[in-house]
Amino acid sequence: MTTMPSYTSTTNACKLCKPLGASLAFRGIEGTVPFLHGSQGCATYMRRYIISHFNEPIDIASSSLGEKHAIYGGAANLKLGLRNVTGKYAPQLIGVATTCLTETIGDDVRRIIAEYEAEFHRGPDQPRIVSVSTPSYGGTHMEGFHAAVQAVVEQLTQPVAAHAGVNLLPGFVSAADLRYLKDLLTDFGLPCTLLPDYSETLDGEAASDYPLLPAGGTPLTAIGAMGGARITIECGATLPDKSAGTSLQRLYGTPLCRLGLPIGIRETDRLMAKLAELSGRAVPERHRAARGRLVDAMVDGHKYLSGKRAVVFGEEDLVVGLTAFLAEIGVKPVLCASGGKSGRFREAVAAVLAGLPVALPEVVEDVDFFDIEDKARGLAVDLLVGHSKGYTFARKEGLPLVRVGFPIHDRMGGQRLLHLGYHGAQALFDTVVNTLIAKKQDDSAVGYTYM
Amino acid sequence: MQTASVLQGRENQIHRKGATPFAIDCNKDSLAGAVSQRACVFCGSRVVLYPIADAVHLVHGPIGCAVYTWDIRGALSSGPELHRLSFSTDLQELDVIFGGEKKLHAALIELIDRHHPKAAFVYSTCIVGLIGDDLEAVCRTVTAEKGIPVLPVMSEGFKGNKREGYQAACRAMARLVGTGDTAGISRHSINILGDFNLAGEIWLIRDYFRRMGVEVVANITGDGRVDDIRRAHGASLNVVQCSGATMDLATMMQQEYGIPSVRVSYFGVEDMAEALYTVAAFFADPEMMERARAIVREELEHLLPELQRYKAVLQGKKAAIYVGGAFKAFSLVKAFRLIGMEVVMVGSQTGTAEDYQELQQITDEGTIIVDDSNPLELSAFLQEKEVDVFVGGVKERPIAYKLGVAFCDHNHERKEMLAGFAGMLNFAREVHDSVMSPVWQFVPRRCKEQ
Repeated sequence: MTTMPSYTSTTNACKLCKPLGASLAFRGIEGTVPFLHGSQGCATYMRRYIISHFNEPIDIASSSLGEKHAIYGGAANLKLGLRNVTGKYAPQLIGVATTCLTETIGDDVRRIIAEYEAEFHRGPDQPRIVSVSTPSYGGTHMEGFHAAVQAVVEQLTQPVAAHAGVNLLPGFVSAADLRYLKDLLTDFGLPCTLLPDYSETLDGEAASDYPLLPAGGTPLTAIGAMGGARITIECGATLPDKSAGTSLQRLYGTPLCRLGLPIGIRETDRLMAKLAELSGRAVPERHRAARGRLVDAMVDGHKYLSGKRAVVFGEEDLVVGLTAFLAEIGVKPVLCASGGKSGRFREAVAAVLAGLPVALPEVVEDVDFFDIEDKARGLAVDLLVGHSKGYTFARKEGLPLVRVGFPIHDRMGGQRLLHLGYHGAQALFDTVVNTLIAKKQDDSAVGYTYM
Repeated sequence: MQTASVLQGRENQIHRKGATPFAIDCNKDSLAGAVSQRACVFCGSRVVLYPIADAVHLVHGPIGCAVYTWDIRGALSSGPELHRLSFSTDLQELDVIFGGEKKLHAALIELIDRHHPKAAFVYSTCIVGLIGDDLEAVCRTVTAEKGIPVLPVMSEGFKGNKREGYQAACRAMARLVGTGDTAGISRHSINILGDFNLAGEIWLIRDYFRRMGVEVVANITGDGRVDDIRRAHGASLNVVQCSGATMDLATMMQQEYGIPSVRVSYFGVEDMAEALYTVAAFFADPEMMERARAIVREELEHLLPELQRYKAVLQGKKAAIYVGGAFKAFSLVKAFRLIGMEVVMVGSQTGTAEDYQELQQITDEGTIIVDDSNPLELSAFLQEKEVDVFVGGVKERPIAYKLGVAFCDHNHERKEMLAGFAGMLNFAREVHDSVMSPVWQFVPRRCKEQ
C-alpha cells in the first residue's frame, strides 16, 4: 500500500495531534492532571476541542513557555508548573506530555522531572509524575494515546505477586463503551483493570462544586499491579509492535492477547469467547440475549441496507471495526479512510472481512478529507460513517452521515454513543438503518407512513 | 467545598472593587500550571484573519494548529468560503530536521492553482520559529510566481499571547492596504474594523451605516475581501471595534495615510447608538446625524417593549462575564444593566490596564475584576457570588454547567447574532431562556438550597 499522500498540502485533516491523545489517556487515570510541556495555546486548543465533544470540563495544565524559554529551555517553567498544579489540584498523578516546541528545543523532560522530584522530596503527599514524548509531527492522536498508556504502564507498574485480574486496554473508545466493558467483565465475574477509564472523568454527574479532580479513572494502585495480571487484552487491529501490552509482557511476562475492537457480531464473538475461556463461564445471559435480539433486528432490517454503499473514516482501529460491522449487516463498505498511517490498515480491513460476501473496499491511510472526497467520487456512495468533521463532505454531497467516534462537535452525547459489543452493534444498527430509511422517506415524492 | 485558593503570583491579577484602591496586574505571561483560558500568538492571528473569505489561509506547521482551527468561527461570507477550509503543511519529522521551506512552497503553489484565491496568508507556528524556515523568502517567491499577495503571518505560538498574534495579523494586513485603487470612494466612507461577522452581524451594522448614508469600503475582517482591504486607505475613517484585535492596523493606517480612527462597540443598545452617533459626528453632517437618530428611534421603538418583558423576569439576577477581549465586557456590563441584572464578576484574557480601569469605573462595588483567569478561580467566583448566568466562550461553558449555572455563549462559533439592536434582543432572549430553564431545579446547587 502506498503511504505517500497524493498532495503536498493537507486540506481538512482526518486526524488530530499527538498530545491530544495523550491528554485524553491521562484523563482516564484517577486523580490525574494532564500537563502539556509547551506553549499555552496547545493546552487551550485541545481543551476546547475536547470540551466541544464531551461537554465536560477538562483542565489541561501547561508550562506556558514563552520566547525566552524556547531559547534557554523550559525546565524552570516545567518545574514551576508542576509545583503549581500540585498545590492547586493536589493530584495523585501528573501526566506530562511534550509538544513540538519542547521536543525540538531538546528539553530532557525525564531529567527535569527527576531533578524536580529530588528537589521536592518525592513522598506520599507528592503526586507521581509520568512523562511521554508526543511531538505533533511524529504521528496522530492515536499514537499519542497509545504512547501515554504505554508510558503509564512502564513508569507506574512494579513487580507484584500474580493475581486473578485481567488487564483490559480498550484503546480510544467512548465513555459509554468503557462503561459497557466494565459491566461486561463484571458479568463474566472477571476482576479487571481498565486502562484508561475516562467513563466518569469525562462524562460526570452534575455537581455542586467544580470537580478539581473528577471522580473515576483507573486507580493508581490497580495500575501498579498490572504486571501480576493473568492476561492483558489489548484492543486494536492496527496497534504498533510496541505498546502497553507488549511492555507488560516484556517486563513481567504478563500474557498478551490482542483483539480488534469488539464492533459487530464476529469481532464481539471473539472477545466473548476469550472472556468465556478466561472465566470458565458461558456468555452471560444478558449478552447472549442481546446477540439474539441483534440478529433478529438484522433480519428485520436487512432489505433496507442491502447493497448500500458506505464510506467509513476516522481512526484506523475504529474504521476496521465499523467496516466489519457494516459488511455483516449487508452494507458495502466501498472506501475505508484514515489520517493515521500504521501501515497495517489494509491488512486489518481484509482480515475482518474474510469470509463475508463482500469485495475488499479501497483502503487508504494518511489521507485528509480532500483525498477522501476525491476517492469517493464515482463510488456511488449512499452513506458516510465517521466523526462529525465529515459533515462538510456530507453536506456538499447531500449524503447522510452516521456520527460515530470522536469528535462529535455538532450533536449532543458523543460520549454516550455505544459502539462496542452486541449492545453497541444494536445501537449502531438502529442508527444506520433508520438513517437510510429516513433518507428514502424524506426524498420520496409522496411521503408515506409505513416503511 | 474544595476552596480554590489563588496561586502565588496571581494575587495582583484579581481586584475586588471598593476593598482597596484600584490596582491590577495584566498583560503578563500566563503562569505555568495555572490552566489559563488563554491560547497563543497563533490563535490571535488566526481569529483576526480567519473571516477573509477569498484568501487561502495556510498553517505552516504540524497538524494540530490547523485542525483545531478548522471552521472554528461562525464568521459568515456572502460569497466565497475559502476561509472555512483548513489548510496545513502538516510538518513531519523529516521536515523538522531538513526544513519545511520546500514543502511550504509546493503546498502554496498547489493550493493557489486549485483555488485561485485573491491572496494567501501563511501562518508561522512554534515549530517553524524554531527550525528557522524563511517564510518571507518563500512568500516572496510565490508572490512573484503566482502574481497574488502571499503574506507571512509571524505568529509563532510561544512569542507571547493572543495580543501579539493580533499585531502579527495587523502587520500582515497592513501590507495589503494601499495596493488597491481608491477611485470613486465617497467622502463619507469608513472601514469597519474588529467585527468578524459572526452570525451575520456585520451585515446588520453595514445596513445601519447605509441608512445613514455612509459607504463602507472594507470589512476588516468579517465577510472580508482581499480587494476591499487593498483599497481600505481610501476611506475617511476607521471605525474600530474589538480594539485589542485591530487597533494596531488602525494605528498603522493613521501613520501611513493619516486616516483617523474611532473606537466603538456594537453590543448593547447604548453602545450601538453611540457608535452611529460617533460616526455621524465625525462627518459633521447634521442630516446624517438626524438619520442616525431616526435609526436609533425606529429600532428602539420596536426593541424596548420587548426588552421590558425580559427585564421584568430577570430583574435582580446576577451575572458573571469572562471574555477574550475587554471591549466586549464593557458593553456586556451595560447590556446586563439594561435588562435589570447586576454584574458581580467580570474578567478577560487579554485586557490592558486602561481596560480594567474602565471596567472598575462602570461596575458596582464588590464586583470582582480578574485578568487571565482559570477554571478554579472562575468556579470559585461563580459560587461565592451565587451567579445566575455566566457569559463566556466554549471553555467557560462547562464550568458554568457543571456547577448548575446558566450560560450565554459569546464566543467565536456562536450562531446567534448578538450585535446591533436586533442582537440586544437575542442576547436578552438567550440569557432569559437559559436562566429561566426548568432544568436548574434538578441540579445539586438548587436542590441543596431547598
